[in-house]
Amino acid sequence: MSTMYILWLRQVKKYFRTPSRIIGSLGQPLLFLLVFGFGFGSIFAKAGQGDYIQFLAPGIIMMSVLFTAVFSGIDLIWDRQFGFLKETMVAPVPRWHIMLGKTLGGATVASFQGIIVFVMSLLVGFRINDLFMLPVAALFVFLVALLFTALGIAIASTLEDMQGFQLIMNFLVMPIFFLSGALFPLQGLPQAMAVITRFDPLTYGVDGIRQSLIGVSTFGIGLDLLVVVVITAILLGVGSYLFERIQA
Amino acid sequence: MNLSRQDGNIITVSGLTKKFKDFVAVDNISFDVKKGEIFAFLGPNGAGKSTTIKMLTTLLKPTGGKLMINGNDPIKNKDAVRKSFGIVFQDPSLDSDLTALENMQYHAVLFKAPKDIREKRIEELLRFVELWDRRNEMVKTFSGGMKRRLEVARGLLHRPRIMFLDEPTLGLDPQTRNHIWSYLKDICEKENMTVFFTTHYMAEAEKVADRIAIIDHGRIVATGSSAELENQTHTGSLEEAFIAITGTTIREEQANGADRMRSIQKMWRRR
Repeated sequence: MSTMYILWLRQVKKYFRTPSRIIGSLGQPLLFLLVFGFGFGSIFAKAGQGDYIQFLAPGIIMMSVLFTAVFSGIDLIWDRQFGFLKETMVAPVPRWHIMLGKTLGGATVASFQGIIVFVMSLLVGFRINDLFMLPVAALFVFLVALLFTALGIAIASTLEDMQGFQLIMNFLVMPIFFLSGALFPLQGLPQAMAVITRFDPLTYGVDGIRQSLIGVSTFGIGLDLLVVVVITAILLGVGSYLFERIQA
Repeated sequence: MNLSRQDGNIITVSGLTKKFKDFVAVDNISFDVKKGEIFAFLGPNGAGKSTTIKMLTTLLKPTGGKLMINGNDPIKNKDAVRKSFGIVFQDPSLDSDLTALENMQYHAVLFKAPKDIREKRIEELLRFVELWDRRNEMVKTFSGGMKRRLEVARGLLHRPRIMFLDEPTLGLDPQTRNHIWSYLKDICEKENMTVFFTTHYMAEAEKVADRIAIIDHGRIVATGSSAELENQTHTGSLEEAFIAITGTTIREEQANGADRMRSIQKMWRRR
């Protein structure tokens, strides 16, 4: 327990110590909210879909959670290259404790980021439906954060240095975001695209948080929760396994 | 011959081999280190020193051979071995975004230093390396020498039976070097701790090491005290003996991932 706690604490401390990074990483979601929100707002309304900011905000919250989570997982490569990981790896503690502590730390940080974006979207005009569903939304945020931190760690465990990073951004993280329905409704998509979106774990995260914040859902909150929990569990397992195999 | 304990060996290595694809980094080496001894492991760049240390410290799985550290096998019984040693790596291994004190606390928790004596021991060690006054400063503001001192203090935190030091004094001034070595020697005597270290400073090895092993191209090419090695090679100093044994060719080492990353980091830090 103390191992997990100290790894979690390290991650959280480092996050709060670099306010410049926190503010910097809010630029992108804010841009998306404003530009897409107001840019497509009138078209969205004309198509009879209602207020686009309402639809978009939950998606943008999940976007910032996704990015922050994957990054804090991939952070591992830096620890690995700059030797700090070695120090952790020779500690007489089970490696999966280390992996889990680090994942929880990364997920906490990503959840914080999600909460900040949530507050930011309130300022832009986003209104939630049901105050009592907020804890459910928070649960989805945390699960999605956990899921993608674990994914980041799994990837980082197999990479030697940052060279593959661009590849991961462009061929994994960006598609996960764009194909999740964060920006557009999942109804009426071409068949092929509709199928792909169903294989994107973030789709269910976005759907779940949208249901809990504005009461709109494609799959129903039960299925959303089930899918997210199962995939999180799988990725935690895979991440632990790959982390276990790291040699210095 | 049965290993360790009864003959006072704390490290026993026999037939240790590590292959990376076609490259044999460590080739069937055997040696042992006695309890309480200061043992120098010398060799040119790329000879296999760090690879050997990584295998001794459970970071790397050997391709073949037998290992015994403080009575435990580092392959089968990793955690028992990990509890028994402290280590200062060749590359820096501090978290530069944490303070000196936080780095120590992190280590204390991971290495299960008993809670009641934890804070006292951290203070004692930080005072010894003269970093107590700067304990609440970020490590990234420290000089190379200060970081090294902190790493030595950290390695000693959980009272290891063996201290592995991979080029610990690289870039340190003679004052700091002497200071650290006299402290280490003191602990070796008082607590019967063993030191296993590598260095490129031959004078240092000559001065502090009880016994020396020289490795080259993955093989042990000589062992003995500094005087014995000088006698064998009919030379007057360890440096001359070392050159006589390993030759004068300069070794090439390839830049690895870490070196590349370091240059990237330097670019980023210049923001």
